[in-house]
Amino acid sequence: MESMIRVENLTKTFQVKGETVEALKGVSLEIEKGDIYGIIGMSGAGKSTLVRCLNFLEKPTEGTVWIEDKDLSALNDAGLRKMRTEIAMIFQHFNLLMQRNVLDNICFPLEITGHKKKEARERAKELLEIVDLKDKANAYPAQLSGGQKQRVAIARALAMNPKILLCDEATSALDPTTTKSILALLKDINKKYGITIVIITHEMRVVQEICSHVAIIEKGELAENGTVEEVFARPKSKAAKKLVFQGEQKVSRMDSKRCIRIVFTENSSFEPVIANMVLECKASVNILMADTKDIGGIARGEMVLQLPEDEDTARKMMEYLKERNLTVEELEDYVG
Amino acid sequence: MWDNATIMMLLEGIRDSLYMTLTSTVLAYVIGLPVGILLVISAPGGLKPRPVLYKITDFVVNMLRSVPFLILMILLIPFTRFVVGKAYGPTATIISLTVAAAPFVARLVESSLLEVDKGVIEAAQSMGADLKTIIVKVMLGEARISLIVGVTIALGTILGYSAMAGAVGGGGLGDIAIRYGYQRYEADIMIVTVILLIILMQIFQFAGTKLSKKLDRRLTH
Repeated sequence: MESMIRVENLTKTFQVKGETVEALKGVSLEIEKGDIYGIIGMSGAGKSTLVRCLNFLEKPTEGTVWIEDKDLSALNDAGLRKMRTEIAMIFQHFNLLMQRNVLDNICFPLEITGHKKKEARERAKELLEIVDLKDKANAYPAQLSGGQKQRVAIARALAMNPKILLCDEATSALDPTTTKSILALLKDINKKYGITIVIITHEMRVVQEICSHVAIIEKGELAENGTVEEVFARPKSKAAKKLVFQGEQKVSRMDSKRCIRIVFTENSSFEPVIANMVLECKASVNILMADTKDIGGIARGEMVLQLPEDEDTARKMMEYLKERNLTVEELEDYVG
Repeated sequence: MWDNATIMMLLEGIRDSLYMTLTSTVLAYVIGLPVGILLVISAPGGLKPRPVLYKITDFVVNMLRSVPFLILMILLIPFTRFVVGKAYGPTATIISLTVAAAPFVARLVESSLLEVDKGVIEAAQSMGADLKTIIVKVMLGEARISLIVGVTIALGTILGYSAMAGAVGGGGLGDIAIRYGYQRYEADIMIVTVILLIILMQIFQFAGTKLSKKLDRRLTH
């Protein structure tokens, strides 16, 4: 695969009240053409700075950003502006022009590049159809819901036929249902137009839902990256583990301290794996967390099980699960 | 006492007050709008930070705003005489009104533009917009309601200043109030001029509020 974005040894420092703050410390990564690439991290990890370096809204202190074969730091102002028309961006708070209606908002990037008004309006109408907001052409942003505003922002981003779409926490201000529909739209756009999408988020479920690759950023450093399946099934770094188990709380007042996490990747949805294991081992387990889904007949997702205290039974159970081709991992201190 | 001459005088007073206020406001914006934009753009953290230029502009604006208007008028007499040929009357007053109002207008414009959502400016940058587009289409466009409210405030303030200019023979309603009401103890004429000034102020405020409401797209209709 060809690379679309290549970041080498990216470092960004800020001066805050006379002190130097390192937002990024030597991050390197590569994003392939047509990928949906997730960049995830807790707030303050540096992911927003990283995405702003990809279109030079922030100029890196050190390191290089390559878009296809162009080094961004080698471009002059005009060259950079031209490059930015190929790298669209959407934001957490949508950032629409509040004094313009939907159609004129979408026309804005076309105005910047000197398109004729009539031509721009035609294109804007097409885009409204893509984002399913045809009837809102003359509405103003203040009259739209969050999800609708983000759809307008997406239409605006697509106006210039960009190669890359950067999404900075684009679903963080939306409710779960709306988030799902926006992610589905992004996926669709990626498929139809082959636009490379970079998604910045602090939510693992966003990455799980649509990304093919993921990079985990912690304290300005790249903690781990790889395909989503890899990182999700076998998180190596502490940061990755923290994110994968995000939102789960420790359960107290349980007897056994022995917990395992299992990940479903290829089992049939119709195979009662856990129940069969219980029947075979003749001991009960406690499901502490379960997040599985049926995707086209295949079970996907993860569970955390609390196993019996007894060493032999526990081992037998783990072997049974491994035999069924599930990823099994012992968790320490999951229950306290 | 309410003879034709007095009524004519009051009508001329209204005309002169409007002439001074409106002309000075336009001229004050011709100077103040670009200066206000310059203050926002060149400030630290602005779109094109120019610390030295910003500090100088900021200082000059503050300095001009600190001088009391009456003193400023007196200080400007030689300059006014040079530009319009005399130092009294409505046209001469316009010069000092403009000099006094321009820095005030610059601050009004500055504060309106600073209200514009930074995210929207960032979005425009991410689309490859140049500085001029961002100033004209994003900053001025998004701040237009606040700018109109600013114009209303400026009109009111300049009308007040123009009345003050009456003290030194500036013409208009303020001049009439001082000459008749204060110097000749004709309280009724003074009261009428004050009422006329109040009416003018109300008209400016009403028109400004109405226009800004009509143009604001952030309200759901």
